[in-house]
Amino acid sequence: MGAVYCGVDIGASSTKLVLVGADGRVMARAMEPSGVDYAATARRCLETARQAAAGAAEPTATVATGYGRDNVDFAQETRTEIHCHGLGCWHDLRQAMSIVDIGGQDNKVIHLDENGRRREFRMNRKCAAGTGAFLEEVALRLALQVGDLNALATMATESVSLGSFCTVFAKTEILAHLRRGSPVQGIVRGAFESVVARIVEMDPLEGTVVATGGVVAHNPMIVEILAAKLGRPVVMPTAPQFTGALGAALTAAGLHEQTRPEPA
Amino acid sequence: MSDKSSKIKALQATGLMRELMGGHFRELDEAARTRDRKIAWCTSVGPAELLRSFGFLVYFPENHGAVLGSSRAAADLIPLANARGYSPDICSYLTSDIGSYLAGRTPLQKAFGMEGVPRPDILVYNTNQCRDVQDWFAFYQREWGVPMVGIDTQRSLGDLTSDHMDGLVAQHRALIPVLEQVSGRKFDLDRLKEVVASSYRCTQLWKRVLQLAAHRPSPLTFFDATIQMGPAVVLRGTPEAEQYYPVLIAELEARINAGEAAVAGEKHRFYWEGMPVWGKLRDHAEQFAGMGVCVVASTYCNSWIFEPLGASDPFEGMARSYTELFIVRSEAYKEAYLKRMIDLYAIDGVIYHDAKTCPNNSNCRYGLPKRLSDSTGVPYVTINGDLNDLRLYSEEQTRTQFEALVEQLPGRR
Repeated sequence: MGAVYCGVDIGASSTKLVLVGADGRVMARAMEPSGVDYAATARRCLETARQAAAGAAEPTATVATGYGRDNVDFAQETRTEIHCHGLGCWHDLRQAMSIVDIGGQDNKVIHLDENGRRREFRMNRKCAAGTGAFLEEVALRLALQVGDLNALATMATESVSLGSFCTVFAKTEILAHLRRGSPVQGIVRGAFESVVARIVEMDPLEGTVVATGGVVAHNPMIVEILAAKLGRPVVMPTAPQFTGALGAALTAAGLHEQTRPEPA
Repeated sequence: MSDKSSKIKALQATGLMRELMGGHFRELDEAARTRDRKIAWCTSVGPAELLRSFGFLVYFPENHGAVLGSSRAAADLIPLANARGYSPDICSYLTSDIGSYLAGRTPLQKAFGMEGVPRPDILVYNTNQCRDVQDWFAFYQREWGVPMVGIDTQRSLGDLTSDHMDGLVAQHRALIPVLEQVSGRKFDLDRLKEVVASSYRCTQLWKRVLQLAAHRPSPLTFFDATIQMGPAVVLRGTPEAEQYYPVLIAELEARINAGEAAVAGEKHRFYWEGMPVWGKLRDHAEQFAGMGVCVVASTYCNSWIFEPLGASDPFEGMARSYTELFIVRSEAYKEAYLKRMIDLYAIDGVIYHDAKTCPNNSNCRYGLPKRLSDSTGVPYVTINGDLNDLRLYSEEQTRTQFEALVEQLPGRR
């Protein structure tokens, strides 16, 4: 059996793991809520992925990324999620792009040039507005499961605008809308539009825009709203929640050199 | 990615600095107890020389703000000021300091055996850095009924014109009658010239210290400099400041001659724009050192180099020195200045600190980082934080952003 390379992305909400072969081909993926013991979660994801890959060997090398990257005891190296999302998207799309990653606790915009080199990146301010945490708060206020949001937003016939920048203020706004009898579907749609508003405030988003992260993976309506806002399509890579883990696995395989050539 | 063991080389001269700074605080404490000498509180970039010429012992509340931040005492103190109506959105030096007063405790008590901060006979401000200093001092004016006077400096200046200077010189001169009355001494032009000349020599020495960081590898980090600047801030115009810096310079030159680096294995050189995050100074120093990055220079530490103090007219020298500062100037001036610094120190990356409670020291809010990066090709990152209020700081985001900037540099994986 050939060499196996592992990438683990321990995010604020969930842990994602990808195994790739020496050629960068994806062998298996696994995901779990990050929980409180990151090392144990990462190891369970590894075992799940190895079984899914028909009993793949122990990884030859592992790179960890995400907030819990220093907690993965079987990783030899760490990289930031900014590096890994960039590499994961580049591997899939091979073109200049602006990556929008909407995560559980933060948002990132990463610009890659036509060679896959990162030109610039931005992270949201410390505030959780526009992140997955915001949608979790909205779901809580509306007595919904987070997993229900996308279907409800799709059913909305109108959008209820949430003007506040602050998550706490937005929840207060929601209370006011509920008192006035606004439909829940419209409020959810408004929350999705609020997420998109926070994203387009971060960056002009020029060129090809690629959306990644768990929030867009579970809520494709957000991608549609972003595309409508930008007036052009937004690309979703294969398995958008796993692009960080994929980038980490490609780094472990040493494929970053081939995929991100240094300028002459 | 970062090395767990420290790669930072400590400076031996720091022992002498602590001794001299201790002498300064003990002298203030003695005067506060006995009232045998007059005490003036002064903004850090203000007319300290004029005050010293009248024999005042000078105390700098901004220095105390930094002490409250670096000791992390600020966390418990800021809320006390907030509860008195001082917003969490205004200067956290101000809220830390007023909180310290309200709580009746300061790290100066433990460090130097002081009773507390020394009560002033007069408060003297300069609004060249911000308006908050005026409102800060006004709290104590109301609290203690002591006189407050100041210089109101225009801001966002491009070229400094004779109109600007004439007005500022006149404002400095207008302080004289009040200072004569409070000090009980007549104004002495010769004494002022002596003090200004001493300050000038101090700031020239300080400039030399900072410029040694242009050497590769640098013998000094920004994080060292935020500590080493103490005498240039609070002792300039005194013999002690002039005594200290030659010792520090000798140590730094010895490092250069021996090929020793402040950060072992220096690979990259960064510039820090904005205030330090005082409560995270050590953490930041260690993270950068672990990545082989030496943060070699900063606008903040450069702000105590006062070239015009060498002018023949001390009033002209003071007025120009305290107005030609980076923080007082226009965006165009700031952009050109930072470009010069990037060239002088061979900078690979720039850190902008957007300090929530210090807008005037956050030079990333009008598009400057992107303009400068586009024109120089030097990448940057902007971190959100604060000088003293760690409630406004995200450890994980900051750590990731520093690391991501290093990853982005040419030649890095």
